[in-house]
Amino acid sequence: MTGNNSSTAAQTPAATEVASPSKGRRPWYTRMTQESIVLLLATIMFIGFSISLNNFFTSGNVITLLRSVSVLGMLGLGMAITVIGRGVDLTMVATMVVGIVWALKLHDAGLSFNMALLAACGFAIVVGLIIGIIVAFAEIPAVFTTLALGPVIFGIGNFAFFTEDTHNAPTDVEWLRNLGFDRILGVPVSLYIFALLAVLVWGFLRFTRAGRSVYAIGDNMLAARHTGFPVRPLIVSKYVISALIAVIVGLIVVATNSGINTRLVNTTLVYDVLLVVVLGGIGLSGGRGGVRNVIVGTLFVGVLLNGMTILNLSYTTQNFIKSLVMLIALIAETLLNPRDEQTSQSGDI
Amino acid sequence: MSLAESFVRARSKFFPDHLIGEILTKRWSDNAVPFAALIMVVVVFGALNPNMFSAYGLFDLAGQVAEYGLMAIALTVVMIAGGIDLSIGSVFALCALTMLTGMNVYNLPMSVAVAMTLAVGGLCGAVNGLLIGYMRLRAFLTTLVTLIMFRSIYELIMPNFATKIVLGFPDSKVWNELGLGSLFGLPYAVFVAIIIAIVWHIILSRSRPGWQMAAVGGSRRSAFNAGIKVRRVVFMTYVYSGLMVAIAAILYGARLNGLGTDTGIGLEISVLTAVVLGGTTLGGGRGSVAKAMMGAVIVLILQNGLLQMGLLGTTSAMVLGMVLIFGVWLDVRWLKNRHKLLNSSYVSPAYLKLPEDAPDPDKGGVYAVNDLLSTSQPLAIGDVEGPEDVAIDKDGNLYSGSRHGNIHRWLAPDYTKHEIFAHIGGGTYGMNFDKDGNLCVCVGGMGLYMVTPDREVVKLTDETNRSRWSIIDDSRLRLADDLDIAPDGRIFFSEATYRYSVHDWQVDMLEARGNGRIICYDPRDKSTKTVLGNRIFPNGIVCLPDGESLLFCETWACRLMRFWYDGPNKGKVEAVISNLPGYPDNINRASDGNIWLCLIGMRAPVLDLAMTRPGFRRRMTRRVAPANWLYPNINMGCLVKITPEGEVLEAYWDKDCVNHPMPTSCKEDRGHLFIGGVSNNRIGKWPVPGANPEWSEHTKWATYGRAAATKTSEKKA
Repeated sequence: MTGNNSSTAAQTPAATEVASPSKGRRPWYTRMTQESIVLLLATIMFIGFSISLNNFFTSGNVITLLRSVSVLGMLGLGMAITVIGRGVDLTMVATMVVGIVWALKLHDAGLSFNMALLAACGFAIVVGLIIGIIVAFAEIPAVFTTLALGPVIFGIGNFAFFTEDTHNAPTDVEWLRNLGFDRILGVPVSLYIFALLAVLVWGFLRFTRAGRSVYAIGDNMLAARHTGFPVRPLIVSKYVISALIAVIVGLIVVATNSGINTRLVNTTLVYDVLLVVVLGGIGLSGGRGGVRNVIVGTLFVGVLLNGMTILNLSYTTQNFIKSLVMLIALIAETLLNPRDEQTSQSGDI
Repeated sequence: MSLAESFVRARSKFFPDHLIGEILTKRWSDNAVPFAALIMVVVVFGALNPNMFSAYGLFDLAGQVAEYGLMAIALTVVMIAGGIDLSIGSVFALCALTMLTGMNVYNLPMSVAVAMTLAVGGLCGAVNGLLIGYMRLRAFLTTLVTLIMFRSIYELIMPNFATKIVLGFPDSKVWNELGLGSLFGLPYAVFVAIIIAIVWHIILSRSRPGWQMAAVGGSRRSAFNAGIKVRRVVFMTYVYSGLMVAIAAILYGARLNGLGTDTGIGLEISVLTAVVLGGTTLGGGRGSVAKAMMGAVIVLILQNGLLQMGLLGTTSAMVLGMVLIFGVWLDVRWLKNRHKLLNSSYVSPAYLKLPEDAPDPDKGGVYAVNDLLSTSQPLAIGDVEGPEDVAIDKDGNLYSGSRHGNIHRWLAPDYTKHEIFAHIGGGTYGMNFDKDGNLCVCVGGMGLYMVTPDREVVKLTDETNRSRWSIIDDSRLRLADDLDIAPDGRIFFSEATYRYSVHDWQVDMLEARGNGRIICYDPRDKSTKTVLGNRIFPNGIVCLPDGESLLFCETWACRLMRFWYDGPNKGKVEAVISNLPGYPDNINRASDGNIWLCLIGMRAPVLDLAMTRPGFRRRMTRRVAPANWLYPNINMGCLVKITPEGEVLEAYWDKDCVNHPMPTSCKEDRGHLFIGGVSNNRIGKWPVPGANPEWSEHTKWATYGRAAATKTSEKKA
């Protein structure tokens, strides 16, 4: 029977092609993943902007680009961990702003900046714990929990800490200024931090037991639970990690901009981060993707945002274009990871 | 009876434990928590801000409730089908802009402006629906993106018209009246909203499109496999949502006649809070207009109350976010644990004291165990499973029901040739032939059916009148058990219990509450009526030849009763035998004018004691796994012959349990007794000593005729 099959396959070349995709006989364009497509688009866009826009390919702009990219990318790394574990964290920007503003306020009140940062980390841990517990134990969908908790976190900050929109960075902390404005080999420090964080997250997802478990949970939570993974504690720690990353990013923002504006929460920044993750090719149904996808997504979104800013498009127009791109990304994601009526889960919104 | 026992008895008699479980089985019990929250919010904020419920405050609130309620219904419709629509705030802003631009800037006729607005709303909904319904994108993120997209469109267009809208004066009486006029002290918008809400209520609860939405949300895969066009249903929900939002925006435009940069911002969160607080499930399948409206009122009062207390917008958003999370948490937990709560509270045992003077078969007497039934000839071994009752037609052919919902027939005279006479579909229990040779059958879970000699299956009835204060629907027949036909052709049948289905019939014993009833079906006007209620598992029925009374058994109460359905004693119930030593099942006529009574099992002291301890049985059903509950012995019983007056003549046992240890029914026919058993695989044929070889069930119609004739002649005399 086997011999018969192989002989038929040998007679019809088309069948061989379908049967052995690994041999690389498929045309190159069907072998492209979302990741490579987006990378290609980002490159094309970069070249296109460099040629058409006068101010784009200047050292000043490229450094601005890399800075904004590093903020977006770091938030993307935190988001990626939650998304791979079949969740999402829409509170990241709120946590970032409120956490770091609290640290600044504590420093103003006389605490040393390091202690204030520790306090901010403590705040992030508490926020992450609350989100994680609600998602893992109360079993409320993550996307919903974090959407509802975003205003709650911001409201707490607004109620307790915020006295004005802009909170300035402390002038007496030397390393903070270095962090924001120093360059090593002509590259801003913040980019090195992004790289370091990327390596850390990559190592976490790749080599630690907890990191591998995140993939297991994202792929099939029920199976992971039956196999004996500590699903609930893992989910909680996922959100604690993303909240901690958010506060670190807040520190970078304060350093590079000499302060932070609380209105950042009302912008679409968190959706940009989601855009980074989804465009990079991390499936929203979980269990797929990694740090490389975040980097690719970051490059694309970074170039897009920067180009639009140089084009002097209004904030609203930018939002419109971003939402269009996001929609296309979602459509592409759905086409690449199709869900059909037989396998989709009810209640999976 | 001790004082403590009297108390237990009174408690189980007057305290309606069983209602708790019954309320939990109702879908509307979901609304209890939101309704309590509504009352609480009204009371708290009414006390804090007396202005809110003044005439003006109410007018203002009512206008907002109308818009809010419509949007909540819009979101509910989407959510029932398993989706979510976060773009409603932006669609709302776009629609309000369209309406006001049409009216104030271009001075269009109102109908044109309304049509345009509806078109914009429907189009936005169609975009969402196309992406989510047909292209299968994720609802949450997709509508989050379209929220940003529609918002940016609004913000791009709005500045061009903002001042013109403020300056414009639409020349439409209807429009101004809609915004400012009132009827009975309430704005017109409220009445618009009420009418739309009623329409949606009917659509969602009583129409095919509404059911299809709930089916898709409840289980998308099953809905797809059942042939529902899932994608189109989902698509349509978003279109409906867009249209509803457009209507809300029209009302908003009429009320405020202006808009700003913040119109519709954050609306998605507050409407979502409203819908979820009302009890609509995130993820689909469950929701209603009533829930949406309750949630809308709660959130509005909460928001307005916080605003009047001078809290900032962000603080109010914070409170709303917390309320939202709390609401979802409550809902998720409720959905997950409701069936557990139901399982542990549905069985609600009552007090039942069985008489202690029942004769003990071990001590001799008429009930003494013997071997008389062992001489029966087993028929149909392996042909049939669970022949609860049997019947014999005029030609002597043998019929029985079965677990599989078939009516079997074995042909006379040797009953070896076997065929399926008819297929009904439910477990078939009591059966009897009527005067015209139709076989009337009680079918568990289905009702009362009839099979004509031509094998046509006819439904006689499957519902009776609903009693006035019942919480679960007691009009459906859940366990029709045995029937007999009165001389005038009326069919009297027993429904053993309406609180349990056929599979759980033994659990009804643990309750021993009056869950059963005697029902009469009158073929003359095809009416069905409950004639006697509140009986403890009424089972066998025999109509007496007097044409005005019948005998019936109450299985768990171990007694034989007589009930007068006509004549001077109409309505009277009297115990004929109140101290049976076992649990009676069917009863049937004997050729000598006496009655055959089947005992399916014998009483045991432990269970008799447990029946007087409802608290003990309740704890047992809550804490012990069902497999380990105390159940009655329904393994070994006997046949008993009694006189219609209640004198026990003789008992017939199968001591060695060879053929018929647990007879559930027997029919005498031409000198033989045919014995059925609900857990048996055979029918017994047993020669009755001293029986009239001419007599059969069919000969009774002739004697009924004579009895009726003598009765009329008596009346004449």
